Amino acid sequence: MARILQLTLNGRARTDAVPDNVLLLDYLREIVGLTGTKTGCDGGECGACTVLVDDLPRLSCLTLAAVIDGRRVDTIESLASDGHLSAVQRGFHEKLGSQCGYCTPGFIMASAGLLRRNPRPTEDEIRDALGSNICRCTGYVKIIEAVKHATELHAAGASP
Amino acid sequence: MNEIVPAHTIGAYVPMVDGPEKVSGRAKYTADFIVPGMLAGRIFRSPYSHAEILDVDVAAAAKLPGVKAIVTGADCDKAFGVLPTARSEHPLARDRVRYRGEPVAAVAAIDDATAKEALRRIKLKVRELPAYHTSHEAMAPDAIDIHDCRPHNIERDVFFELGDVEAAFVAADLVRENTYNCAEVCQNQMEMHAALADYDVVRDRITVHASTQVPYYVHLMLSQILGMDMSRIRVIKPHVGGGFGCRTEALNVELIAALLARKAGGCVRIMVNREETFITHRGRPETDIRLKIGMRQDGRITGVECECIQRGGAHSGYGVVTILYAGSMLYAIYDLHNVKYIGKRVMTNTPPCGAFRGHGTVDVRFAFESLVDQMAHEMGIDPIAVRRANYLKAPSYTDNDLMVNSYGLPECVDWVEKASGWKQRKGKLPNGAGTSKGHIRKGLGFACSHYISGASKPVNWTGEPHATVKLKLDFDGSIVLLTGAADIGQGSSTVLVQSVAEVLGLDLSRIRIVTGDSDVVPKDNGSYSSRVTFMVGNAAIDAAQNLKAVLIAAAARKLEAKPGEIECLGELYRAGAQDKGLTFNEVVTEALKDTGTITVTGTYSTIPESHGGKKYRGAAIGGTMGYSYSAQVVEVSVDEETGVVTVDKVWVAHDCGRALNRLTVEGQVQGSVWMGMGQALSEETAYYGGLLLTANMLDYRVPTIQDSPPIEVGIIESIDPHGPFGAKEAGEGSLAAFLPALTNAIADATGLRFNDLPVTPDRVFAALEKRARSRNGGAR
Repeated sequence: MARILQLTLNGRARTDAVPDNVLLLDYLREIVGLTGTKTGCDGGECGACTVLVDDLPRLSCLTLAAVIDGRRVDTIESLASDGHLSAVQRGFHEKLGSQCGYCTPGFIMASAGLLRRNPRPTEDEIRDALGSNICRCTGYVKIIEAVKHATELHAAGASP
Repeated sequence: MNEIVPAHTIGAYVPMVDGPEKVSGRAKYTADFIVPGMLAGRIFRSPYSHAEILDVDVAAAAKLPGVKAIVTGADCDKAFGVLPTARSEHPLARDRVRYRGEPVAAVAAIDDATAKEALRRIKLKVRELPAYHTSHEAMAPDAIDIHDCRPHNIERDVFFELGDVEAAFVAADLVRENTYNCAEVCQNQMEMHAALADYDVVRDRITVHASTQVPYYVHLMLSQILGMDMSRIRVIKPHVGGGFGCRTEALNVELIAALLARKAGGCVRIMVNREETFITHRGRPETDIRLKIGMRQDGRITGVECECIQRGGAHSGYGVVTILYAGSMLYAIYDLHNVKYIGKRVMTNTPPCGAFRGHGTVDVRFAFESLVDQMAHEMGIDPIAVRRANYLKAPSYTDNDLMVNSYGLPECVDWVEKASGWKQRKGKLPNGAGTSKGHIRKGLGFACSHYISGASKPVNWTGEPHATVKLKLDFDGSIVLLTGAADIGQGSSTVLVQSVAEVLGLDLSRIRIVTGDSDVVPKDNGSYSSRVTFMVGNAAIDAAQNLKAVLIAAAARKLEAKPGEIECLGELYRAGAQDKGLTFNEVVTEALKDTGTITVTGTYSTIPESHGGKKYRGAAIGGTMGYSYSAQVVEVSVDEETGVVTVDKVWVAHDCGRALNRLTVEGQVQGSVWMGMGQALSEETAYYGGLLLTANMLDYRVPTIQDSPPIEVGIIESIDPHGPFGAKEAGEGSLAAFLPALTNAIADATGLRFNDLPVTPDRVFAALEKRARSRNGGAR
């Protein structure tokens, strides 16, 4: 069965007919074509598919598209404003929080979610917020530096 | 007007040139290419570890509406494999299946649900054969051969003795022998394997996108498997989500996608899942090591005897090379003279192993540095002093003819000794005795490791240069750098752009890099054995120098001067300090007058002296133009109530010759250390009857951000005489030292030595219990 899904995706109202069993992840990637959100595992293991639903991080691979009807969804493609990288994006780029880049959208969305609810997180709070995202390249050292840098940029006025 | 000076970035902290794409979701990986009308591919895999195939019945699947193509072993009788002498694998099994999960058939259908349903309708009839899941089972006298061409299931027997090992042990003050076991580990890179193959029926051409480290090898194998001329094949390597060695050979995924696409006459995308990515494997083999070392009272090592058995899995892959590295790389870190090595690469009915980061060297280095530490303590010598007693001198050749030109190990050791406060803190860390944390024991451990900067002899020897880079300069004054070097996240594109910009004195923004499309870029052997910075970097410098010569000649002509009088300041070329000179764009305009668009080539080849020797069969393995060196100190806390080991801090110094980009060097070194931590503490595969039980990231325990320590990096620059700007590798050499530094730290904290990896809480707890029982005289 299919149903009509209405949501605000990356700030734009959108209406799609989607099958009941389609995951939010596959809806974003295969139906809408927003491939920035990544598939990294067989379900709930790695965090690469993290998006924000009403500003809270959510694993799109464990979420049916149908349940986000009427909600606000933000993906990695939404963060830059007028082409300028957001504070978290700059943090990950400038401090090498991203190497191969595959886990990066998930880490960035989880970090953006953190800064939206807690603009001055401590290192422990950063570790807590990113505890269910796996990165295989960095050893996380520069990811922590990236989020700290983003916090400073955010404090100086950049959007998270 | 500001004075114009050449731009420099070599040695600076430079964010990656492709970073903005990665942080904005614009970077496209293979699975992100969504082609209208493409078919979904799925692979039917063997549920048996070892069986003779009697029939693969696909009739019911073929009748399912929406199924466009089915391929089985009958569709391809060609074998593939990375070593020309050991191609044992078919994209789809033919006569036999040899591991659980080996591809047997594949389907292309209009959508994924149809493809999955088609798989359910495929019937595989077999006669089961005895299956061997450990090296010892496979080597048993009554075991049948998994491959007819590999008698007794031995892929390769290696033996060498250089010097007189028995005499060396007699001359030693202390001789010790231990056995070690390192579990099989997987790369588990974040991007699961994917391939997109598009067959053009009208022109009989195929384009394949693959998540690979080696587009050229994929090209070769596609040609072989499809029976198509190489000129009809185009291979595209988009962004790749890590590799760590599992993508240094063509994988069945891209070959099967191509077979399906041709049969269906269209475009097929295969996205294998995480479980299948684990089963495709190519990880580090389970390794059993017996190691014997002789040492004098002054710490000098007199002799080494090492026996190494690797459980290679069901196909050859890189197996011969892996077992040779394990022996040859005993050398080139310390001044060793009497060394005996016995290596056995065994075939088993488990997924095929491959070239995991630190290829072949890691497990033997773990054993070596562990035993040296143990002997140092037994003799009452500082473990660091033992290393100092055994330093090499550069330049020199090892007994197995490896060329060592630069050797920063002493500086690495000095750096970590000082940074960690080793002298003041070793053996004096506050344990919890008498406090509420009485069950926490703290310790420090030390170890060293090394790695090659590219294998000096490529696997496929063609007589061409090792690396070729092209630069295109046109009317717009922008330089396009064309290279086949595969950036898989390690930052090779950034380092190559930096290298060209440095020679020309230009800002990075003048240069665009194009990579990963066989239609456009020069061939490259690929990203493996840490070869790219050294070899392709040197080729990039050569190309930039050639371009600079063209520009200087043009400037000289315009300024009516001799080329030798032209000073290049990047954006300005002038004939003397008083001369107003020409802007870069003016020089380009002049240079284009003769030839139009300018393209120059740069190449690099290793020198024969670096090719290793001939003292034993396979002695070329280990030869390189430059060895990187690493030293580490690890600080741990061991919870004696739970057996949990926490890494509190790591100090690592890495000799990368010269840091071309300090940011990416730090990132690579931290990533290596951390990956070593995963292997040391928590990562291991487990099988039940050949079924991989750990094929997900919950059971295969990768450290999370919560488990991961601060890693302080010291960059040591020994300035290699052959390296690009003096550089050597930075992405692999620091992995191995973590493992022994950790277990040496645990020994320091608890007095217990762990010779089997990973050191899980279960193992630590069992060892603590055992010791408690023996202390209590067996009373518990």
